[in-house]
Amino acid sequence: MTELLRVDGVTKAYPGVVANSDVSFSISEGEVHALLGENGAGKSTLVKMIYGLVRPDSGSMTFRGQPYHPAKPAEARRLGVAMVFQHFSLFEALDVAENVALGMESPPPMRELAGRIRAVSEEYGLPLDPTRMVGDLSAGERQRVEIIRCLLQDPKLLIMDEPTSVLTPQEVEILFRTLRQLSAEGTAILYISHKLEEIRALCDEATILRRGKVVATCTPRDRTAREMAELMVGAALTPPQRHPGEKGEVALGLSDLSVDSPIPFGTSLKGVSFTVAKGEVLGIAGVAGNGQDELLLALSGELRVAPDKLRIASAPAGDLGPAERRKAGLVAAPEDRYGHAAAPDMSLVENAFLTAGVRRGLVKRGFIDWAATRAFAEEVIAEYDVRTPGPDVAARALSGGNLQKFLIGRELNQSPSVIVINQPTWGVDAAAAAAIRQAILDRAAGGAAVVVISQDLDELLEVSDSFAVLNEGRLTKPRPVLGLTMDEIGLMMGGAHGMEVAHHAG
Amino acid sequence: MLIGGINVEILIASLMVASVPILLAALGELVVERSGVLNLGVEGMMITGAIGGFIIAVQTQSPVLGFVGGAVSGAAISAVFALLTQVFLANQVATGLALTMFGLGVSSLAGQGYNGIKPPATGSVPFGPLADIPFLGRILFSHDWIVYASIALTAAIWWVLKYTRTGLIIRAVGESHEAAHALGYKVNRIRLLCILFGGATAGMGGAYVSLVRVPQWVDGITSGAGWIALAIVVFASWRPWRVLIGAYLFGGISVLQLNLQAAGSGIPVEYLSMAPYLITIIVLVILSSGRGKASMSAPAALGQNFHASR
Repeated sequence: MTELLRVDGVTKAYPGVVANSDVSFSISEGEVHALLGENGAGKSTLVKMIYGLVRPDSGSMTFRGQPYHPAKPAEARRLGVAMVFQHFSLFEALDVAENVALGMESPPPMRELAGRIRAVSEEYGLPLDPTRMVGDLSAGERQRVEIIRCLLQDPKLLIMDEPTSVLTPQEVEILFRTLRQLSAEGTAILYISHKLEEIRALCDEATILRRGKVVATCTPRDRTAREMAELMVGAALTPPQRHPGEKGEVALGLSDLSVDSPIPFGTSLKGVSFTVAKGEVLGIAGVAGNGQDELLLALSGELRVAPDKLRIASAPAGDLGPAERRKAGLVAAPEDRYGHAAAPDMSLVENAFLTAGVRRGLVKRGFIDWAATRAFAEEVIAEYDVRTPGPDVAARALSGGNLQKFLIGRELNQSPSVIVINQPTWGVDAAAAAAIRQAILDRAAGGAAVVVISQDLDELLEVSDSFAVLNEGRLTKPRPVLGLTMDEIGLMMGGAHGMEVAHHAG
Repeated sequence: MLIGGINVEILIASLMVASVPILLAALGELVVERSGVLNLGVEGMMITGAIGGFIIAVQTQSPVLGFVGGAVSGAAISAVFALLTQVFLANQVATGLALTMFGLGVSSLAGQGYNGIKPPATGSVPFGPLADIPFLGRILFSHDWIVYASIALTAAIWWVLKYTRTGLIIRAVGESHEAAHALGYKVNRIRLLCILFGGATAGMGGAYVSLVRVPQWVDGITSGAGWIALAIVVFASWRPWRVLIGAYLFGGISVLQLNLQAAGSGIPVEYLSMAPYLITIIVLVILSSGRGKASMSAPAALGQNFHASR
């Protein structure tokens, strides 16, 4: 096969951190090449240089035999490099055709473009209506918009940044079929992910990055996922330990909760019911945008409901606000770390006070007890291995994984009876994710009832005792995790409600 | 045609003239906000345009050059806002308010020595016999060119935003600057150009006040029109034709209340003078709350500064 892209000794430094240091690798035509690494390993910076969003400090690139140094994405697109982003590249208030047009150099008139979108989307088995608003689409459909935007430009190299993080297993299958078809047609694919099983199923070659350097290359099919994970992390990994314990009485119950979404383009909750017992972990899966944010708001108390719809330890609590629910023993950790879970410009000490003030008794006669608050923050930092210069650093300055460890620790160390967490390890690297999961399991073993909302199925299967799926605001009946197959989960996620359908199809 | 002592054709004709300053300023602000920038300095840009246009028109004795001067002065003062918010990433609300204060002060300073001077007159467009058509002739064919230009501008902005690539890019930048940046659009540059456009139309609107509506120079001549323009943009749900309706509504009630005062109605003058502000806002609030979706049409990135960090 002929070489398509060669990256040679590329280095890029930002103030205080070297994102890429002397990185070299190459891709042939039609090859599916994986770029592996933890968060902050420099994968994103590397592909942004290939896509022309960032300029390398030194090093060179060659594309189809020609020196290649795109000054902007338009130039990269013109030469045949296309990119599907993980986040931030669709416009919710615009329709599909407009979104596609924005990513093209010289789009045809709208009517013609709509026709081509239909044609290409059918050719690759990704049905899509060009006139729909992107805000109304599911995550999988949104990704189709991005892929079709790329395909319309007939790319030679398609870069995909964590494409499967928001897809159901069935959608992943469809995506892989499309990618294999593209690769058979000669399009090279640069595939970024940290889902190792997927990479083993799809990719021909892998380049592994750690701290900005290439540490290994391998053929994923010949390696186990565990081997690759250890190459990524550079250390042996220990899976979380479970302490099977007795289930106690019901600590949190939701009965037939329906609530309108306060979020634009949000999903309202429809008749959600479940109970969680002491010592139990309930995992709630579902593709983003199916009501996860709303469920967290309703559980945390930011969205109030009728008193008897939500009970904490059998006492009606639906009309209580967040602080009162904390007093009753329920703590919540939302998904968005910079802005919802933490006040980004305030220090860790101040952030520690914001939610722990009530339960840890950090207020004395109406004044904040700063000494106690600082001690609490330091306790969390030490116990959860938060890497920070000190407790007075602004929350914004911490990396996503470190801040998440701090925020989870802040909630878990308030000796809560009910814990609600949305996306506990989203964007967190493997080592920190393992630590967070372990902490959650430890709390459950200590008698807390835990609700984990996540899009990462592997994570949910690892930590939860029972499993349910949120789908368009409806929650399936929770089922025990033991004995649950991937097929059944896929059906639960795909819109089938209740177990009968799952059994029928399985 | 007379209703209650008020001549309807003159009422309609004069409301079209009365609405022009607000319409121009609001159209510019609409484009600015669609690109994701909240410029609260409309009043400041209008009054700067009013004195800039007035000085140029008096010096050159050409009303057309006066309007050009108004647009240039408005754009020039909006460039200060653009520099502060797009280059130095200053807070848009605070900068916008400061811009209004600054504009009021600068115009007052520049206007020293121009009090009591009459600017050259801006004549009606000669439509010949068309203007003699009863009723419609007076309403449609008796105005100066700026009135027609303001309506044409409404149509042009509607068309550009809806059907052209330029419009699509402006909307995209206002919707999600992160996404637009990832696709390679120069967010801050596009916004800067929109701000200058908004400054230019606000300046023209201001010049219309000092050259046609009043026409002379007094301090604080725009008397809050910029604030009404801002409100109209929001309650018109960022749509050009609704901006036109809102501006005409405001102009209409302003003219009507003057006529009522002249006709000696029993309502106290104070209530009549507050009526245009009150009624415009109430009507637009009702309009925009109609389907409960008005807040959704706000540009999602409105008022947020963008810095390409990665």
